[in-house]
Amino acid sequence: MVDLSVKIGDITLQNPVTPASGAFSWEYNDVIDLNRLGGLVAKTICREPRLGNPTPRMAETEGGIIQSIGLPGKGIEYFVAHIVPEYAKFKPPLIVSVSSESIEDFAALAAELSVPDVDVIEANISCPTRNSTGGNFAMHEGYTRDCIQAMRAKTKKPLWVKLSPNAGDIVSIAKAAEDAGADCLVIANTFLSLKIRTDNFRPALGNKFGGLVSPALKPIILRMVYQVAKVVKIPIVGIGGVTKAEDVVEYMLAGASAVGVGYAGFRNPTALITIIEDLAAWCNERGIKKVAELIGAVRDQDMEKDPLVAASAGV
Amino acid sequence: MPSEPKGKYTNSALRAGDQDPYPQRLVGEFIGTVVSNRSVNDEYKHLILDVHEHALNAYAGQMFHLLCPSPDDEEVWMRRPMSVYRVDRQAGQVEFLYKVEGRGTRGIATLAPGDDFNLAGPLGVGFKLQQGWNNIVVLGRGVGLATLAPLSQLAAERGIGVTAILSARNPAVVMSKELFEGLGARTITVVDSDGSSAIENVEKIIEALIAEGKADAFFTCGSNRLLKLMQRLGKKHNIPGQVAMEQIMVCGFGACYVCMRTFEVDGQRVLRRVCRDGPVFNMQEAVGW
Ligand SMILES: Cc1cc2nc3c(=O)[nH]c(=O)nc-3n(C[C@H](O)[C@H](O)[C@H](O)COP(=O)(O)OP(=O)(O)OC[C@H]3O[C@@H](n4cnc5c(N)ncnc54)[C@H](O)[C@@H]3O)c2cc1C
Ligand SMILES: Cc1cc2nc3c(=O)[nH]c(=O)nc-3n(C[C@H](O)[C@H](O)[C@H](O)COP(=O)(O)O)c2cc1C
Repeated sequence: MVDLSVKIGDITLQNPVTPASGAFSWEYNDVIDLNRLGGLVAKTICREPRLGNPTPRMAETEGGIIQSIGLPGKGIEYFVAHIVPEYAKFKPPLIVSVSSESIEDFAALAAELSVPDVDVIEANISCPTRNSTGGNFAMHEGYTRDCIQAMRAKTKKPLWVKLSPNAGDIVSIAKAAEDAGADCLVIANTFLSLKIRTDNFRPALGNKFGGLVSPALKPIILRMVYQVAKVVKIPIVGIGGVTKAEDVVEYMLAGASAVGVGYAGFRNPTALITIIEDLAAWCNERGIKKVAELIGAVRDQDMEKDPLVAASAGV
Repeated sequence: MPSEPKGKYTNSALRAGDQDPYPQRLVGEFIGTVVSNRSVNDEYKHLILDVHEHALNAYAGQMFHLLCPSPDDEEVWMRRPMSVYRVDRQAGQVEFLYKVEGRGTRGIATLAPGDDFNLAGPLGVGFKLQQGWNNIVVLGRGVGLATLAPLSQLAAERGIGVTAILSARNPAVVMSKELFEGLGARTITVVDSDGSSAIENVEKIIEALIAEGKADAFFTCGSNRLLKLMQRLGKKHNIPGQVAMEQIMVCGFGACYVCMRTFEVDGQRVLRRVCRDGPVFNMQEAVGW
């Protein structure tokens, strides 16, 4: 039987399949056994209680959905007092996602979230509908460095950083986060997008812009994971378009140590369990003893460079 | 016709007769089998599914989240919520009454007997009948009646009398009359075509029921005008009520905060999740649209 466990710094995940922030809550325990997941990832929390964005918050498009929720929540105090204990009832490590509009507050929140039942702090510096100078710091190398340095100074918890696919050069931003003390990079958040209704000429979402979520984005995020993995030493969690076990394998081959799953859990509430079971079966069928062997195992070293030779090979 | 384009990835969903590896779960992902899917009139269809016994725990006002087959070969990305119309525990079946509208419901309309159909549920907080209520008034229009219909089953089981006021455009599209009557409810039909569905007339009917002592509680769904009427009469006569609300919905479990609606609680406006805090809410707290 394959050993599905993976290590991300000092944290061991019993398998590489975690939910994605905002697409999951402890309430999913109604339908799946949360103790089987690699980790538990809470919805991004902010300091103040927030209502979130005007509805509609989701619209379907040709290739997926766009959504803009607006980080609703009851604020940090309520979160620590009432929501952390809900997650603490389960065994997998708790990853707490946090957002703010200022670097100082990001740092202060990191300190306040450094409580025993929180295992990891995930800095969501990539909410696509936040301003790049007001929380969407992952758009800039400098802001990313400053924000992660400030948080690092305030917490000893493992600090994961969720990057933006909307940044021009994600590799240098990833490097900046690593230099500033990040323990892991989460790649990536959603793509900023827009839908306009042709029946009434209005934007389909109450917030106008939203984040595009689609399995079709997987190759783009996979490319980012691959590129970043080549230049950083810290582990990576790949998020974007995972709907099946082979997608987990693909992300791991590209260099990710684990994946996050969002949309697939909407389509099939039991999807995460299916993916974990299928991943074990996939490894067992191939005699893979440890899933961690897949990390970065893409065979890209000895690729044929001569087009004449490549085109003379079988297909 | 394959109703599960990625069926391979739903192998944790339960079919009728499957052993449940996680029986303590409240909610399941199920693959039901279509028994029938017939038109009730030009707009509405009635779907009957054989399901795993765990799905039969659904009660009035709860819903299932349905993974719709595609009507056009393009993916239908999100599930669609549907109230449970009837649960037949003996037969092991759940039923839905739905209006064929957009891509999701047009997809459901393509289902034929024997097809697989993936549904998650039962979800949400449904209708609650309180001790001491002897007679209730149910008022609904259009597809709202699909949500209200199983209330009559629940009420019949408790020996509570039901008066159902069914509102529709014309007599041909009045829905669920037989279902309500079959369960012993008294029905009153009001329609636009003869003007009887006008608010003033419905108000008179309800006032008469109150005078007769037939209105210990109010129930409604599907119409803003009817909600406002019942809220007004409920306030005036101090009659409690429940309303089932709708909103575009994504996860169904309370995680994504997409299906928000506004409520007024102790003078303060708040947002609540239709999928988990509802879909049935205290009628006086609902803010109409
Ligand atoms: C708790 C609950 C119970 C419901 N029960 C029933 C039922 O028993 N029978 C039934 O026919 N319908 C019911 N609905 C409404 C049903 O979910 C929508 O009609 C359906 O989602 C429309 O999907 P579509 O793809 O056919 O249309 P779309 O193309 O998605 O939309 C068509 C129209 O319906 C509106 N709409 C989309 N989603 C919803 C929604 N969730 N609620 C209300 N309007 C929506 C859209 O804004 C649009 O105007 C219920 C909704 C909720 C929230
Ligand atoms: C409804 C919804 C809400 C989300 N909320 C958050 C959030 O609060 N914080 C965050 O970092 N990402 C959020 N995301 C992004 C997801 O975590 C994830 O990055 C994205 O959905 C891509 O993964 P997927 O293709 O598996 O869905 C949200 C996504 C969705 C669909």
